[in-house]
Amino acid sequence: MKFKLLQKSQAVSENSRALFDGMRDGIPVALGYLAVSFSLGIMARSAGLTAFQGFLASALVNASAGEYAGFTVIAEDAPYLEMVVVILIANARYFLMSCALSQRMSPETRLPHRLLLGNYITDEFFGLAISRPGCISPYYTYGSILVAAPCWALGTSIGVIAGNLLPLRVVSALNVALYGMFLAVIVPPARKNRVIAGLILICFASSYAASLLPLISNLSAGTRTTILTVAISAIAALLFPVEQRKEAGNDT
Amino acid sequence: MTHNTYVYLLIMAAVTYAIRVLPLTLIRREIKNRFIQSFLYYVPYVTLAVMTFPAILGVTQSPVSGALALVVGLIIALRGASLFSVSLACCAVVFISELLLLPPV
Repeated sequence: MKFKLLQKSQAVSENSRALFDGMRDGIPVALGYLAVSFSLGIMARSAGLTAFQGFLASALVNASAGEYAGFTVIAEDAPYLEMVVVILIANARYFLMSCALSQRMSPETRLPHRLLLGNYITDEFFGLAISRPGCISPYYTYGSILVAAPCWALGTSIGVIAGNLLPLRVVSALNVALYGMFLAVIVPPARKNRVIAGLILICFASSYAASLLPLISNLSAGTRTTILTVAISAIAALLFPVEQRKEAGNDT
Repeated sequence: MTHNTYVYLLIMAAVTYAIRVLPLTLIRREIKNRFIQSFLYYVPYVTLAVMTFPAILGVTQSPVSGALALVVGLIIALRGASLFSVSLACCAVVFISELLLLPPV
Protein backbone atom coordinates (compact mmCIF):
# COMPACT_ATOMS: atom_id res chain seq x y z
CA MET A 1 0.00 0.00 0.00
CA LYS A 2 2.73 2.40 1.04
CA PHE A 3 4.77 1.35 -1.99
CA LYS A 4 1.82 2.02 -4.28
CA LEU A 5 1.32 5.51 -2.84
CA LEU A 6 4.99 6.28 -3.30
CA GLN A 7 4.79 5.10 -6.90
CA LYS A 8 1.80 7.33 -7.49
CA SER A 9 3.42 10.48 -6.11
CA GLN A 10 6.49 9.75 -8.21
CA ALA A 11 4.34 9.52 -11.32
CA VAL A 12 2.64 12.83 -10.46
CA SER A 13 5.95 14.67 -10.11
CA GLU A 14 7.18 13.13 -13.38
CA ASN A 15 4.02 14.32 -15.12
CA SER A 16 4.33 17.86 -13.79
CA ARG A 17 7.98 18.01 -14.83
CA ALA A 18 6.97 16.88 -18.35
CA LEU A 19 4.24 19.55 -18.33
CA PHE A 20 6.72 22.32 -17.45
CA ASP A 21 9.27 21.07 -20.00
CA GLY A 22 6.52 21.19 -22.59
CA MET A 23 5.55 24.74 -21.62
CA ARG A 24 9.18 25.88 -21.93
CA ASP A 25 9.61 24.27 -25.37
CA GLY A 26 6.23 25.64 -26.42
CA ILE A 27 7.37 29.29 -26.22
CA PRO A 28 9.20 29.45 -29.58
CA VAL A 29 6.29 27.58 -31.16
CA ALA A 30 3.90 30.17 -29.71
CA LEU A 31 5.89 33.04 -31.24
CA GLY A 32 5.93 31.35 -34.64
CA TYR A 33 2.22 30.63 -34.37
CA LEU A 34 1.43 34.30 -33.69
CA ALA A 35 3.20 35.44 -36.87
CA VAL A 36 1.86 32.69 -39.11
CA SER A 37 -1.70 32.69 -37.78
CA PHE A 38 -1.84 36.45 -38.32
CA SER A 39 -1.29 35.97 -42.05
CA LEU A 40 -3.79 33.10 -41.95
CA GLY A 41 -6.28 35.56 -40.45
CA ILE A 42 -5.72 37.90 -43.39
CA MET A 43 -6.60 35.03 -45.73
CA ALA A 44 -9.63 34.17 -43.58
CA ARG A 45 -10.80 37.75 -43.92
CA SER A 46 -10.45 37.74 -47.69
CA ALA A 47 -12.48 34.50 -47.72
CA GLY A 48 -15.24 36.42 -45.92
CA LEU A 49 -14.79 35.10 -42.37
CA THR A 50 -15.43 37.22 -39.26
CA ALA A 51 -12.91 37.48 -36.40
CA PHE A 52 -14.98 35.01 -34.36
CA GLN A 53 -15.19 32.54 -37.25
CA GLY A 54 -11.41 32.83 -37.74
CA PHE A 55 -10.88 32.19 -34.03
CA LEU A 56 -13.23 29.21 -34.16
CA ALA A 57 -11.53 27.75 -37.25
CA SER A 58 -8.09 27.92 -35.65
CA ALA A 59 -9.24 26.75 -32.22
CA LEU A 60 -11.01 23.73 -33.74
CA VAL A 61 -8.77 22.81 -36.65
CA ASN A 62 -5.18 23.70 -35.55
CA ALA A 63 -3.76 23.27 -39.05
CA SER A 64 -1.97 25.86 -41.18
CA ALA A 65 -2.15 24.29 -44.64
CA GLY A 66 -5.49 22.65 -43.85
CA GLU A 67 -7.10 25.92 -42.75
CA TYR A 68 -5.60 27.74 -45.70
CA ALA A 69 -7.02 25.12 -48.08
CA GLY A 70 -10.36 25.27 -46.28
CA PHE A 71 -10.51 29.07 -46.60
CA THR A 72 -9.98 28.81 -50.35
CA VAL A 73 -12.98 26.44 -50.50
CA ILE A 74 -15.07 28.92 -48.47
CA ALA A 75 -13.93 31.81 -50.70
CA GLU A 76 -15.03 29.88 -53.79
CA ASP A 77 -18.35 28.92 -52.17
CA ALA A 78 -17.63 25.35 -53.33
CA PRO A 79 -19.80 22.32 -52.46
CA TYR A 80 -19.47 20.85 -48.93
CA LEU A 81 -18.17 17.60 -50.42
CA GLU A 82 -15.25 19.50 -51.91
CA MET A 83 -14.39 20.70 -48.40
CA VAL A 84 -14.29 17.10 -47.18
CA VAL A 85 -11.95 16.03 -49.99
CA VAL A 86 -9.73 19.11 -49.77
CA ILE A 87 -9.31 18.75 -45.98
CA LEU A 88 -8.64 15.02 -46.32
CA ILE A 89 -5.80 15.75 -48.75
CA ALA A 90 -4.42 18.91 -47.13
CA ASN A 91 -4.27 17.21 -43.72
CA ALA A 92 -3.23 13.76 -44.90
CA ARG A 93 0.17 14.30 -43.29
CA TYR A 94 -1.46 14.34 -39.86
CA PHE A 95 -2.68 10.84 -40.61
CA LEU A 96 0.93 9.81 -41.11
CA MET A 97 2.06 11.65 -37.98
CA SER A 98 -0.74 10.02 -36.01
CA CYS A 99 0.45 6.60 -37.26
CA ALA A 100 3.99 7.48 -36.20
CA LEU A 101 2.85 8.69 -32.77
CA SER A 102 0.81 5.52 -32.24
CA GLN A 103 4.10 3.60 -32.46
CA ARG A 104 5.76 5.90 -29.93
CA MET A 105 3.05 5.88 -27.25
CA SER A 106 3.10 3.55 -24.30
CA PRO A 107 0.47 0.84 -24.97
CA GLU A 108 -0.96 1.71 -21.55
CA THR A 109 -1.80 5.27 -22.62
CA ARG A 110 -5.52 5.57 -21.94
CA LEU A 111 -8.14 6.46 -24.55
CA PRO A 112 -8.95 9.98 -23.21
CA HIS A 113 -5.27 10.93 -23.62
CA ARG A 114 -5.28 9.62 -27.19
CA LEU A 115 -8.50 11.48 -28.02
CA LEU A 116 -7.16 14.78 -26.63
CA LEU A 117 -3.60 14.47 -27.90
CA GLY A 118 -4.80 13.57 -31.38
CA ASN A 119 -6.56 16.91 -31.78
CA TYR A 120 -3.20 18.69 -31.48
CA ILE A 121 -1.07 16.73 -33.95
CA THR A 122 0.48 19.66 -35.82
CA ASP A 123 3.88 19.85 -37.53
CA GLU A 124 5.29 21.64 -34.49
CA PHE A 125 3.73 19.66 -31.61
CA PHE A 126 4.55 16.46 -33.49
CA GLY A 127 8.15 17.60 -33.97
CA LEU A 128 8.50 18.46 -30.28
CA ALA A 129 6.95 15.17 -29.13
CA ILE A 130 9.10 13.06 -31.47
CA SER A 131 12.27 14.89 -30.39
CA ARG A 132 11.92 13.46 -26.83
CA PRO A 133 13.53 10.10 -26.15
CA GLY A 134 11.46 7.05 -25.15
CA CYS A 135 7.69 6.79 -24.92
CA ILE A 136 5.77 10.01 -25.41
CA SER A 137 4.39 11.62 -22.26
CA PRO A 138 1.03 13.21 -23.05
CA TYR A 139 1.76 15.80 -20.35
CA TYR A 140 4.78 17.13 -22.24
CA THR A 141 2.61 17.86 -25.27
CA TYR A 142 -0.15 19.29 -23.05
CA GLY A 143 2.43 21.80 -21.77
CA SER A 144 3.35 23.02 -25.24
CA ILE A 145 -0.34 23.05 -26.26
CA LEU A 146 -1.24 25.26 -23.26
CA VAL A 147 1.36 27.84 -24.27
CA ALA A 148 1.12 27.78 -28.07
CA ALA A 149 -2.43 26.78 -29.09
CA PRO A 150 -4.13 29.94 -27.70
CA CYS A 151 -1.65 32.07 -29.69
CA TRP A 152 -2.67 30.27 -32.87
CA ALA A 153 -6.39 31.00 -32.39
CA LEU A 154 -5.85 34.56 -31.10
CA GLY A 155 -3.40 35.40 -33.89
CA THR A 156 -5.95 34.31 -36.48
CA SER A 157 -8.69 36.58 -35.13
CA ILE A 158 -6.24 39.49 -34.78
CA GLY A 159 -5.29 38.93 -38.44
CA VAL A 160 -8.96 39.12 -39.43
CA ILE A 161 -9.48 42.35 -37.47
CA ALA A 162 -6.21 44.16 -38.14
CA GLY A 163 -5.57 42.83 -41.64
CA ASN A 164 -7.27 45.81 -43.30
CA LEU A 165 -5.80 48.35 -40.85
CA LEU A 166 -2.29 47.48 -41.94
CA PRO A 167 -0.65 49.11 -44.96
CA LEU A 168 -0.78 47.03 -48.14
CA ARG A 169 3.01 46.58 -48.03
CA VAL A 170 2.91 44.93 -44.62
CA VAL A 171 0.03 42.66 -45.64
CA SER A 172 1.87 41.70 -48.82
CA ALA A 173 4.95 40.81 -46.73
CA LEU A 174 3.00 38.81 -44.13
CA ASN A 175 1.19 36.91 -46.88
CA VAL A 176 4.34 34.88 -47.57
CA ALA A 177 4.84 33.84 -43.90
CA LEU A 178 2.81 30.69 -44.43
CA TYR A 179 4.74 29.73 -47.56
CA GLY A 180 7.96 30.33 -45.64
CA MET A 181 6.73 27.87 -43.05
CA PHE A 182 5.91 25.29 -45.72
CA LEU A 183 9.45 25.68 -47.09
CA ALA A 184 10.88 25.20 -43.58
CA VAL A 185 8.93 21.92 -43.30
CA ILE A 186 9.81 20.42 -46.71
CA VAL A 187 13.38 21.62 -47.32
CA PRO A 188 15.35 20.12 -44.37
CA PRO A 189 14.30 16.51 -45.23
CA ALA A 190 15.15 17.26 -48.89
CA ARG A 191 18.71 17.97 -47.84
CA LYS A 192 19.10 14.41 -46.59
CA ASN A 193 16.91 12.67 -49.15
CA ARG A 194 17.49 13.18 -52.89
CA VAL A 195 14.14 11.66 -53.81
CA ILE A 196 12.34 14.31 -51.78
CA ALA A 197 14.54 17.05 -53.25
CA GLY A 198 13.69 15.92 -56.78
CA LEU A 199 10.03 15.53 -55.88
CA ILE A 200 9.79 19.12 -54.65
CA LEU A 201 11.13 20.42 -57.97
CA ILE A 202 8.73 18.16 -59.89
CA CYS A 203 5.85 19.39 -57.70
CA PHE A 204 6.73 23.03 -58.36
CA ALA A 205 6.88 22.37 -62.12
CA SER A 206 3.66 20.34 -62.34
CA SER A 207 1.77 22.73 -60.06
CA TYR A 208 2.85 25.60 -62.31
CA ALA A 209 1.88 23.65 -65.42
CA ALA A 210 -1.51 22.74 -63.91
CA SER A 211 -2.24 26.42 -63.26
CA LEU A 212 -1.72 27.18 -66.97
CA LEU A 213 -3.03 24.12 -68.84
CA PRO A 214 -6.55 24.29 -70.26
CA LEU A 215 -9.24 22.27 -68.38
CA ILE A 216 -7.03 21.63 -65.33
CA SER A 217 -6.52 25.34 -64.70
CA ASN A 218 -10.32 25.75 -64.55
CA LEU A 219 -10.50 23.49 -61.49
CA SER A 220 -10.29 25.09 -58.06
CA ALA A 221 -6.85 25.41 -56.45
CA GLY A 222 -7.88 22.88 -53.81
CA THR A 223 -8.91 20.25 -56.35
CA ARG A 224 -5.70 20.76 -58.33
CA THR A 225 -3.72 20.22 -55.12
CA THR A 226 -5.72 17.06 -54.42
CA ILE A 227 -5.14 15.53 -57.86
CA LEU A 228 -1.45 16.45 -58.04
CA THR A 229 -0.73 15.19 -54.51
CA VAL A 230 -2.34 11.79 -55.03
CA ALA A 231 -0.77 11.33 -58.48
CA ILE A 232 2.78 12.45 -57.63
CA SER A 233 2.89 10.64 -54.25
CA ALA A 234 1.59 7.40 -55.80
CA ILE A 235 4.15 7.50 -58.62
CA ALA A 236 6.93 8.29 -56.13
CA ALA A 237 5.79 5.40 -53.89
CA LEU A 238 5.87 3.01 -56.87
CA LEU A 239 9.26 4.18 -58.20
CA PHE A 240 10.98 4.83 -54.87
CA PRO A 241 9.43 2.64 -52.17
CA VAL A 242 10.56 3.74 -48.72
CA GLU A 243 12.58 1.37 -46.59
CA GLN A 244 11.02 0.06 -43.42
CA ARG A 245 9.77 2.66 -40.91
CA LYS A 246 11.28 5.83 -42.23
CA GLU A 247 8.61 8.31 -41.24
CA ALA A 248 8.58 12.05 -41.64
CA GLY A 249 9.89 13.70 -38.53
CA ASN A 250 12.15 10.84 -37.51
CA ASP A 251 14.83 12.10 -39.84
CA THR A 252 14.62 15.78 -38.98
CA MET B 1 -22.89 32.88 -50.33
CA THR B 2 -25.14 29.87 -50.72
CA HIS B 3 -23.21 27.80 -48.19
CA ASN B 4 -23.08 28.37 -44.44
CA THR B 5 -19.63 29.27 -43.09
CA TYR B 6 -20.29 27.46 -39.80
CA VAL B 7 -21.12 24.24 -41.66
CA TYR B 8 -17.84 24.63 -43.57
CA LEU B 9 -15.97 25.10 -40.27
CA LEU B 10 -17.71 22.10 -38.72
CA ILE B 11 -16.71 19.91 -41.68
CA MET B 12 -13.12 21.19 -41.47
CA ALA B 13 -12.97 20.38 -37.74
CA ALA B 14 -14.67 16.98 -37.96
CA VAL B 15 -12.64 15.68 -40.91
CA THR B 16 -9.35 16.94 -39.42
CA TYR B 17 -10.15 15.39 -36.04
CA ALA B 18 -10.97 12.04 -37.64
CA ILE B 19 -7.69 12.07 -39.61
CA ARG B 20 -5.68 12.79 -36.49
CA VAL B 21 -7.40 10.59 -33.97
CA LEU B 22 -8.28 7.42 -35.90
CA PRO B 23 -4.71 6.13 -36.39
CA LEU B 24 -3.75 7.09 -32.84
CA THR B 25 -6.66 5.19 -31.33
CA LEU B 26 -7.10 2.31 -33.78
CA ILE B 27 -3.66 1.42 -35.15
CA ARG B 28 -1.65 -0.24 -32.45
CA ARG B 29 0.58 -2.11 -34.88
CA GLU B 30 3.00 -1.10 -37.61
CA ILE B 31 1.68 -0.50 -41.15
CA LYS B 32 3.12 -3.37 -43.20
CA ASN B 33 2.03 -2.54 -46.77
CA ARG B 34 5.06 -1.01 -48.42
CA PHE B 35 3.14 1.00 -51.02
CA ILE B 36 0.82 2.63 -48.47
CA GLN B 37 3.75 3.29 -46.18
CA SER B 38 5.72 4.95 -49.00
CA PHE B 39 2.69 6.85 -50.30
CA LEU B 40 2.02 8.30 -46.83
CA TYR B 41 5.70 9.14 -46.46
CA TYR B 42 5.70 11.31 -49.61
CA VAL B 43 2.28 12.96 -49.21
CA PRO B 44 3.30 15.72 -46.78
CA TYR B 45 6.18 16.97 -48.91
CA VAL B 46 4.27 16.74 -52.17
CA THR B 47 1.16 18.53 -50.92
CA LEU B 48 3.11 21.39 -49.31
CA ALA B 49 5.33 21.83 -52.38
CA VAL B 50 2.31 21.87 -54.71
CA MET B 51 0.61 24.48 -52.52
CA THR B 52 3.69 26.70 -52.34
CA PHE B 53 4.44 27.20 -56.03
CA PRO B 54 3.23 29.07 -58.03
CA ALA B 55 0.85 30.37 -55.31
CA ILE B 56 3.66 32.33 -53.60
CA LEU B 57 3.98 34.49 -56.75
CA GLY B 58 0.34 35.54 -56.54
CA VAL B 59 -0.01 36.72 -52.93
CA THR B 60 2.44 39.62 -53.06
CA GLN B 61 2.01 42.98 -54.78
CA SER B 62 4.60 42.00 -57.36
CA PRO B 63 5.40 38.43 -58.50
CA VAL B 64 9.10 39.41 -58.41
CA SER B 65 9.05 39.89 -54.62
CA GLY B 66 7.24 36.55 -54.22
CA ALA B 67 9.91 34.84 -56.32
CA LEU B 68 12.68 36.47 -54.27
CA ALA B 69 11.01 35.29 -51.04
CA LEU B 70 10.87 31.75 -52.47
CA VAL B 71 14.56 31.75 -53.39
CA VAL B 72 15.71 33.21 -50.07
CA GLY B 73 13.37 30.89 -48.14
CA LEU B 74 14.76 27.85 -49.98
CA ILE B 75 18.37 28.89 -49.33
CA ILE B 76 18.08 29.60 -45.61
CA ALA B 77 15.88 26.53 -45.05
CA LEU B 78 18.64 24.49 -46.75
CA ARG B 79 21.08 26.03 -44.29
CA GLY B 80 18.95 24.70 -41.44
CA ALA B 81 17.16 27.85 -40.28
CA SER B 82 14.17 27.30 -37.98
CA LEU B 83 10.56 27.43 -39.11
CA PHE B 84 10.15 30.81 -37.40
CA SER B 85 13.21 32.39 -39.02
CA VAL B 86 12.43 31.09 -42.51
CA SER B 87 8.91 32.46 -42.24
CA LEU B 88 10.14 35.83 -40.97
CA ALA B 89 12.93 36.08 -43.56
CA CYS B 90 10.44 35.54 -46.40
CA CYS B 91 8.30 38.39 -45.04
CA ALA B 92 11.35 40.67 -44.74
CA VAL B 93 12.45 39.92 -48.31
CA VAL B 94 9.03 40.85 -49.67
CA PHE B 95 8.84 44.03 -47.59
CA ILE B 96 12.30 45.27 -48.56
CA SER B 97 12.10 44.28 -52.23
CA GLU B 98 8.71 45.96 -52.61
CA LEU B 99 10.09 49.17 -51.06
CA LEU B 100 12.65 49.15 -53.88
CA LEU B 101 10.38 47.87 -56.66
CA LEU B 102 7.31 49.91 -55.79
CA PRO B 103 8.60 53.11 -54.14
CA PRO B 104 6.15 54.92 -51.83
CA VAL B 105 4.04 57.42 -53.75
